[in-house]
Amino acid sequence: MQTINFLKPNRDNIKNYSIIGSFLVLVSLIDVISNAFLKVNLTSFLPGSLTTLFPLIIGLIGLNMMRIDYSGNKKLDLLNKNINTNNFNALLTLLILFSIIKALPQSLSWMIFDATISGDSKDACTGTGACWTYIKVWFRRFMYGMYPNEFHWRINTAFILVIALGFVGYFMKENLKKYLALYYVIIYPVIAYLVIYYLISGGSFGLQWVETGAWGGLSLTFIVSFFCLIFCFPLGMIFALGRRSNLPAIKYISICYIEFWRGVPLITVLFMSSVMFPMFLPEDFFMDKLVRVIIAITLFEAAYCAEVIRGGLQSLPRGQYDAAKSLGMGYWKMHIFVILPQALKLVIPGIANTFLALVKDTPLIFVVGLAELAGMLALAKTNPKWLGFAMEGYIFASIVFWIICYAMSKYSYNLEAKYKTER
Amino acid sequence: MNNIIKRYIPQILAILFVVLIFGFLTLNAQTNMDNRGIDFGFGFLSQESSFDVQFSLIEYSGSDSYARAFLVGLLNTLLVSFISIIICTILGVIIGVARLSSNYLIKNSAAWYVEFFRNIPLLLQIFFWYYAALRALPMPEKANAWFGVTYMTVKGYYIPAMVWENLNIFLYCGLAAIIAIFILRNYANKLRDTQGKQIPVLLYSVGLLIVLPLLSFLFGGVSLEFEIPELKKLSKISYIYEGGISLPPELIALVLALSLYTSTFVAECVRAGIEGVSKGQKEAAASVGLTPNQVLKLVIMPQALRIIIPPTTNQYLNLTKNSSLAAAIAYPDLVLVFAGTALMQTGKAIEIVSITMLTYLTISLTIAAIMNWYNKKIEIKEK
Repeated sequence: MQTINFLKPNRDNIKNYSIIGSFLVLVSLIDVISNAFLKVNLTSFLPGSLTTLFPLIIGLIGLNMMRIDYSGNKKLDLLNKNINTNNFNALLTLLILFSIIKALPQSLSWMIFDATISGDSKDACTGTGACWTYIKVWFRRFMYGMYPNEFHWRINTAFILVIALGFVGYFMKENLKKYLALYYVIIYPVIAYLVIYYLISGGSFGLQWVETGAWGGLSLTFIVSFFCLIFCFPLGMIFALGRRSNLPAIKYISICYIEFWRGVPLITVLFMSSVMFPMFLPEDFFMDKLVRVIIAITLFEAAYCAEVIRGGLQSLPRGQYDAAKSLGMGYWKMHIFVILPQALKLVIPGIANTFLALVKDTPLIFVVGLAELAGMLALAKTNPKWLGFAMEGYIFASIVFWIICYAMSKYSYNLEAKYKTER
Repeated sequence: MNNIIKRYIPQILAILFVVLIFGFLTLNAQTNMDNRGIDFGFGFLSQESSFDVQFSLIEYSGSDSYARAFLVGLLNTLLVSFISIIICTILGVIIGVARLSSNYLIKNSAAWYVEFFRNIPLLLQIFFWYYAALRALPMPEKANAWFGVTYMTVKGYYIPAMVWENLNIFLYCGLAAIIAIFILRNYANKLRDTQGKQIPVLLYSVGLLIVLPLLSFLFGGVSLEFEIPELKKLSKISYIYEGGISLPPELIALVLALSLYTSTFVAECVRAGIEGVSKGQKEAAASVGLTPNQVLKLVIMPQALRIIIPPTTNQYLNLTKNSSLAAAIAYPDLVLVFAGTALMQTGKAIEIVSITMLTYLTISLTIAAIMNWYNKKIEIKEK
């Protein structure tokens, strides 16, 4: 065997280097794994801080020995290129690997192995892990709020109906397609409102009246964000057109509107809707809290929507405007038939992002006393029978929201990619 | 004639519409307030507030006026925004650069960090830190010292306070150092433009920043002492730390949530900025003979910053607005102190909500105006 140059491994004795190197890396990983999973310290014979640094040093030496340029071994080259380009990268790689290995057993045992899910009261949770029983018992509350248990089918039916109506556009006949925009902007919101009003609120057709104060949980998040989206879109369109208008009065009114709502936090808008708004309404005119909240969020989001749509309008080439004008089209004809169809297609990803932000903002409605998922958690947390499970509750809610938002953001990326190629 | 009608009729209608809406709302407000016997006015601002605020940067007690309570809230909002902005910038730059790393593990960890913290509502994150994570911290008597002198407990984070003597001399020295750095930079720029000489400005600047304040310690009679928090027994089971500065858990939870959440957006801005500089620029700079450091400093960074800064300021603005979520965990910020407690006590809904909204609006518009000016200044002047 030739002498081994530790600092500069080369191709000539690749076998020695790669074998010794991978052995050292393996030793370091085994040391960390045994520490984390089995709670056995293999290197307890080493003094003090050297014990903790041991896997890092050994691993670094190992990775250094494995780092051979153009070794000819495809797998080794791939490994080197991806995680082991230089000493600094190797150090970061090891640190990330070690921290994953260290964190894994603790979180796994808390979340799965030591967790409880059986039983239906707090007494079932005796282990050291998470108490998913709490989530199981409160699940219906988290989803439907204080809505009476026996009527939950009404919420489900309403949602299924609304979603089904939303897909009508896909199955419309070709000769009806020109009315699609009309359907989505005017008819669909009205039908959706009626469905939700008659099914979820009830009060007629033999359905019992359920006041909006009892609505809550995740379903309320969906209701609020759904209505805000369908209302804020047309409003945003008007203000986007207004801001690009060449009539000064209309332009400045739109600018004021947009900049005002974009400059204030949503929480103050909600405060306004709950304490200030009633003062501005005629006497004896009562407006439901939920309706006030939806109006407030709609006005707020419309400003953001307007900016997104304006971006789309601005990105259209001037030629489109000129061509439409040269055909003798007026302002409205030009916008409805030429500009908006193209611009709106461009802004679909932006609108999806606005909607994502809207869904993430809905938990804020707790400040006016409406309890959606986060609000229900706060309620459940203070229930004397179920004290001390804040962690489980928030992790559950985070997972639910994360799945919704992640799916939506991935969908908006896809849309973006889809519409990018078409131009 | 036809044109004039087309131009003016819509404008007049729009103005009329706005005036009518405002008129309708004011009329309603007037009748409502008359009926309930509330009068409109800002006189309450000078009245005694008679409520206490848990955490305040300036002297404040219940005998101070509502205006001072407003100031307390505003300063708390600015404090939490300031700390969070600094932390989220540092984190965001690191994560943004890490997303462009060639290392598979680093790239993906950074990507998952972004996806994870961006897709959970901020309010839930604040609740998580405040109600779940920070509640798991030890009681004061059981806390271990971090860095030897600071204590992280369930009642807050206790850090040593600095006791200055002749602080103003120290500050003057710092100011002098900053002015000197500016002069040096201008001189270096001039030298580079006229003679093509390079001066290690950064090295000199750091030197100046360290040396001048240090001189104030040696000759200016400035001295600094640390007041270290010490454990004190209040009763049989209750302990507390005395001395030093105590950062309440509300502040910590808020800063953690805000900076982790916003750092994901900053990271995306940084990534977009660095990716936005075309590869040709880098190659051209290298082929002119600049060293890698010079390429980064003179070619890449100026162009990348031009892309990064505008959206990042937007994120800072969002952070400042989002800091109003403090009200949810009872951190005494502007919304909680003023739109919460003060409104509850005075019942002046219209005045207080409008003041609060206008304050945020002023902050936003000021920063937006500064950004527009800055963008105009740095925009590439094409000939």
